[in-house]
Amino acid sequence: MTRNRPDPSLLFHPRMPANWWLRKRTYFLFIVREFTSVFIAAYLIVFLVQLYQLGNGPGAYQAFMGKFASPGWLGFHAVALAFAIYHSLTWFYTTSIVIPLRIGAMVAPRYVFTLLNVAVWLAVSAAILAIYLIW
Amino acid sequence: MNHRKTLEPMWWGLFSAGGVVAAFLIPIHIVLLGLAIPLGWLPGSAEIFQSWIVRLYLFVLISLPLYHWAHRFSFTMSDLGLRPIRKPLAILCYGSAIAGTVVTAWVLLRI
Repeated sequence: MTRNRPDPSLLFHPRMPANWWLRKRTYFLFIVREFTSVFIAAYLIVFLVQLYQLGNGPGAYQAFMGKFASPGWLGFHAVALAFAIYHSLTWFYTTSIVIPLRIGAMVAPRYVFTLLNVAVWLAVSAAILAIYLIW
Repeated sequence: MNHRKTLEPMWWGLFSAGGVVAAFLIPIHIVLLGLAIPLGWLPGSAEIFQSWIVRLYLFVLISLPLYHWAHRFSFTMSDLGLRPIRKPLAILCYGSAIAGTVVTAWVLLRI
């Protein structure tokens, strides 16, 4: 039987103080995890501008890429990378909770699934790097 | 019991797909295009972007994480106190992701 959720207007939502996420380390890390998506989206917009400049010709592209060597842009990419890595690690860990890895009747510990995902992530990253270099 | 059909499963699906794409693929692209090439560690050839397979890949790489952002951002802002404007916020976020998908297709087609 399909059971949809009740009318949202009938749901009870407790009122939370605005700074609830600063009250506990786990709450704070939850908000950081959610905000990784903002940094990833910001990076993708920069990447889109880069590809747009490529459409404007090789000169425009080279000029735009030249700016990336500045400390400000290097800093932006370093921060975006830190948040992207945090997203990867938390995503793999969360997936291990949502989809428990079963071996026969046994459920493997979460870190096993997380480490398997990390291994696949590193292999995929190495493959992308190799494709770029041999292209 | 309310049996209204909603688009919610589709947004959750796009959120999930975007989360997987971002987790496995985004870090290496930041390392490569944002750090290694600008720092001169690797050559910065743009020839690879001429390939249609690469552009199709980039369409998936860029568009799906935008839906991931839309979902997370709209829920988180709601948790941080914007629950009263949850609906318009969700429309703004998912609308931006849809607009981003169209812009991505346009940018990739004009390379």
